[in-house]
Amino acid sequence: MSAADTSAAPVRRFSSRFLRSELRLIAVRRRNQVGLAALAAVPIVLAVAIKVAAPDTSDGAPDFVAQITGNGFFVALAALSAELTLFLPIAIAMVAGDAVAGEADQGTLRYLLTVPVGRIRLLAVKYAGIVAGAFLAPLLVAATGLTVGLILFGGGDVTLLSGTQVGFGEALLRLLGVCLYLGVCLSALGAVGLFLSTLTVQPMGATIALTMLSVASVVLGQIPQLDWLHPYLLTRHWQDFGELLRDPVSFGALTPGLLSALAYIVVFLTAAWARFAGRDVTT
Amino acid sequence: MTDLAVATQGLTKRFGSQVAVDTVDLAVPRGAVYGFLGPNGSGKTTTIRMLLGLISPTAGGHELLGSAMPERAAEVLPRVGALVEGPGFHPYLSGRDNLRRLDAADRTAEARTADARIAAALDRVGLSAAAAKRYRSYSLGMKQRLAIAAALLLPRDLLILDEPTNGLDPQGTREVRALVGTLAAEGATVLLSTHLLAEVEQVCTHVGVMHRGKLVAQQPLSRLRSDAAPRARVLTDQPAQAARVLRTLGLTEIAETAAEASGQLGAAAPEKVVAALVHDGVAVRGFAVEAPSLEDVFVSLTGRGFDVSG
Repeated sequence: MSAADTSAAPVRRFSSRFLRSELRLIAVRRRNQVGLAALAAVPIVLAVAIKVAAPDTSDGAPDFVAQITGNGFFVALAALSAELTLFLPIAIAMVAGDAVAGEADQGTLRYLLTVPVGRIRLLAVKYAGIVAGAFLAPLLVAATGLTVGLILFGGGDVTLLSGTQVGFGEALLRLLGVCLYLGVCLSALGAVGLFLSTLTVQPMGATIALTMLSVASVVLGQIPQLDWLHPYLLTRHWQDFGELLRDPVSFGALTPGLLSALAYIVVFLTAAWARFAGRDVTT
Repeated sequence: MTDLAVATQGLTKRFGSQVAVDTVDLAVPRGAVYGFLGPNGSGKTTTIRMLLGLISPTAGGHELLGSAMPERAAEVLPRVGALVEGPGFHPYLSGRDNLRRLDAADRTAEARTADARIAAALDRVGLSAAAAKRYRSYSLGMKQRLAIAAALLLPRDLLILDEPTNGLDPQGTREVRALVGTLAAEGATVLLSTHLLAEVEQVCTHVGVMHRGKLVAQQPLSRLRSDAAPRARVLTDQPAQAARVLRTLGLTEIAETAAEASGQLGAAAPEKVVAALVHDGVAVRGFAVEAPSLEDVFVSLTGRGFDVSG
């Protein structure tokens, strides 16, 4: 299989093979499959619980939950809202923490780098995998919530937060918008996770650190004395997705969240590159 | 174009205050099977990691196949197959899927030929039957074979193999050594790091000896051997008389035991020694000319036994 006479540099092709391989690697991992199943279980449990013990709507329960009995559409929103503070961040943290640290831990990193995979290309493909997860996770929660909601409570026109009614088709479109918005927010979390993953060779360490960071951000956001800090918090604008359920949709109200996410992505991808580009790989 | 497949100039790596690799000037000629020999902890693996661009040297530089590293890594590394510090694969993927992933990551590899190349590489290391099994369930020897298969996914001009027979049974060890011979015969240069002297004696044409981070010797194996003087051994029940004959023939460093006499041959021809012994009536029961073992040479180079470097 050797050819000493092939002294010319081999031809390099542009191909999506490595990206597809990365997505497949994430998808076939049993741990990730169980994680997705857990995310999908939340709307099911939520809907069944409400169906069984139809709640008294006058006790100040969150908006979405109260509306579920009227329209199954709201199961999706209630589930997204409920999972946004912990379950969805954990899911992203599992994938992001594993990104570089997991390969380093298993010894596969040194073999990828000697293939060779350029370090920037490796980070790009790893981040693409995280972003895919960041969009897939809320879509899965929404789709499951929608399905179980329609089965248990039925559908029909949807009354928005602003009181106006829209057709079910438009409501679906707005739900898709919510998922995309959350996808961007979670991608920002993933960028932080990718950076943490370049700092260590212990994937679980990066995962736990990112989860704690996300939870801490939510907690700090609830302390009024720290209002000077609030604009900079990663999770500050995540609940803004409700803006997509007003009529007319106030896209201006979504801009801070999107800009904040973009800033986090740029800063932490740059940090990941700065950290990883010249790092000695000794595992 | 240089005729060296691997060339380093003053390659040095410091970890804090510890010097792991100290101004190493490797010169691996094209077509050689270069035994990179040294005890565990002598800096072999750190050197190999620098060769492949995994860690950056504190000082010095190097070229692979005539191309400067790490600047031209993207061009030159696809022509280099590497096994570094044991196998590293995804435990929940099969052996074949692990190779698929590495092949997919290689921008010089053609997708269309991937399955055939992967099958050929697995076959070459005798792993075809276990290709569909999860890596997690592989034995140490199978893992090591898979790592060698990964280095053979494409035709390579240079193979850097770090302790390739580690964890293999005697049968597997023989197979891998034969494979290294075949690859070299096909024109590849092989840099084989090992702490096994027998491995170097069996497969290598050149040898470099690492000791405490320094390259203490680097020569063709034949010259390393010939530099060390061969000894003549006479098995006899008259060792004193035999020793006297050896001395008159000009042999040096004569040694006697109850049943043999021996000395360094120097310029004396072995057949003349035998004739002289017989002529003098010494009862010769056995006669042998022995080159010193590589181990003796190694000890003379490093001044110590073959244990872990401190």
